[in-house]
Amino acid sequence: MLWLRRALKTVVFLVCLVPALRLAAGAAGLGGMSLGADPVAALLHGCGRWGLNFLMFTLCVTPLKDLSGSLWPLRFRRMLGLFAFFYLVLHLAVYILLDQSGRLGAVWQDIVKRPYITIGMLALLLMVPLAATSTARAMRRMGRRWTALHRLIYVIAILGVWHFWWQVKRDIREPVLYAAGLAVLLGYRMLKRRRQTARVSAARPAARDPTAATIVPSLASRCTDP
Amino acid sequence: MRKTDTGQTDIHPSEITPAEVYFSRRALMAGALGLAAAQAGGLRPASATPPASGLLPFTFDRRDSVAEAPNTFEDISTYNNYYEFGTDKSDPAKYAGGLRTRPWNVTIGGAAEITGTVPLEDILKPHPLQERIYRFRCVEAWSMVVPWVGFPLGDLLRRFKPTANAKYVEFKTLYDPAQMPGQKVPVLSWPYVEGLRMDEAMHPLTLLVVGLYGKVLPNQNGAPLRLIVPWKYGFKSIKAIVGIRFTETQPATTWAGAAPNEYGFYANVNPAVDHPRWSQATERRLGGGLFAPRIPTLPFNGYGPQVAALYRGMDLRKYF
Repeated sequence: MLWLRRALKTVVFLVCLVPALRLAAGAAGLGGMSLGADPVAALLHGCGRWGLNFLMFTLCVTPLKDLSGSLWPLRFRRMLGLFAFFYLVLHLAVYILLDQSGRLGAVWQDIVKRPYITIGMLALLLMVPLAATSTARAMRRMGRRWTALHRLIYVIAILGVWHFWWQVKRDIREPVLYAAGLAVLLGYRMLKRRRQTARVSAARPAARDPTAATIVPSLASRCTDP
Repeated sequence: MRKTDTGQTDIHPSEITPAEVYFSRRALMAGALGLAAAQAGGLRPASATPPASGLLPFTFDRRDSVAEAPNTFEDISTYNNYYEFGTDKSDPAKYAGGLRTRPWNVTIGGAAEITGTVPLEDILKPHPLQERIYRFRCVEAWSMVVPWVGFPLGDLLRRFKPTANAKYVEFKTLYDPAQMPGQKVPVLSWPYVEGLRMDEAMHPLTLLVVGLYGKVLPNQNGAPLRLIVPWKYGFKSIKAIVGIRFTETQPATTWAGAAPNEYGFYANVNPAVDHPRWSQATERRLGGGLFAPRIPTLPFNGYGPQVAALYRGMDLRKYF
């Protein structure tokens, strides 16, 4: 089973790299690929969109685990989250180095003056501690605090969709789609939480069901939600 | 350029002429045309109704052209904001091929002595075509340099003898969702409407355009007839015009109506007045590749010496 898990992880890893490789090939003009008349915008928007996609994929893991009844999806959650971070760091790098030609003064002006850039920067900054604590060791060491910290992904995803929505000129269909997807993913968690607390408070008066008392907390610590 | 069975425009690679080759060829052609005109005894090249496709007869207007290198035909014809065919910049090149540009009528109305519906051929016939290389600055802070072929709008407007009540000119794009699929989506209120103050419309830099790179304008660039006002943001330069109306009051224009705090009626290129969501101080000149630095945006897109007087005494922050 270990070889299967490793092979699967490698495949998923390579698939996650495909958008980046396609953008790179387009930028380099390999194999007749092109990013069109405005390659900087194509890179900027391509990386931003894939960063947002990977945030969404990461948030799909828990519902997928619940619906499938299998813990397998959890094995890919860290990788998906780190790919979201990877694409968003690229997005920032393209913005600073290519779009703004490295003029840090202009970048700073944008951050303080343009609300959509302010919230985009904030979202990416909030991702840094999550990426930094993505190792198994950090997870073990931090315990419950790790779970609490990684709930930040909800805030990050909301800021990310907001950032996208806010910079669209007129056609908001795409950001609306992301917002709807995010609403479903976050709504699912709220419903689940409400159901769990209802179950716990219903179980409390009886107070003598040992399975409820032991299984629920242990699941909560193993399959922590983010 | 050929139309395929699906109605899409299919540009064969061999039909794309590199800009340098095009411009050396163009110099020869313009010279030949000028010679022919001189032999015919006229100062201007003989004007005749331009063809519906292929090469156009024109003279090069050096005085009103910028010396900067134009963008490639491919860049100009594949990167378009033309929401009538979709909101992605590659949509117009994909979906505009099926637009029928002949027969085409333009309805002239409002405060003028002569009004009515005029076939495109009659609109174009008296006007000798000129090529002018203009800067093109989009409100989204990118820019190109484009060799347009057209004639001054003012020359056309004068033919209809606008009255003293004509203070503005309003333009309308074709409304036909069957041909313009983007109009099935209410991202803007259709049809697209733009407008100019009368003095802006009569300014010699304001062009009605029928061609690009010496050939009939591709559909995705606004065929068969579009406006070009080089000192204003690109959205003022309305495409596929079917209506021209002289009005006494300022026309209600599409983008200014859609987001009045972001897009003004005047929309003069102005590095000092930012879009509420992004800076207008600099622009990305397309065609320079990934590492081309941004360039500073010029007041009135660099046409200040010719047009700044139109706005003397106006608060350009208020009338943005």
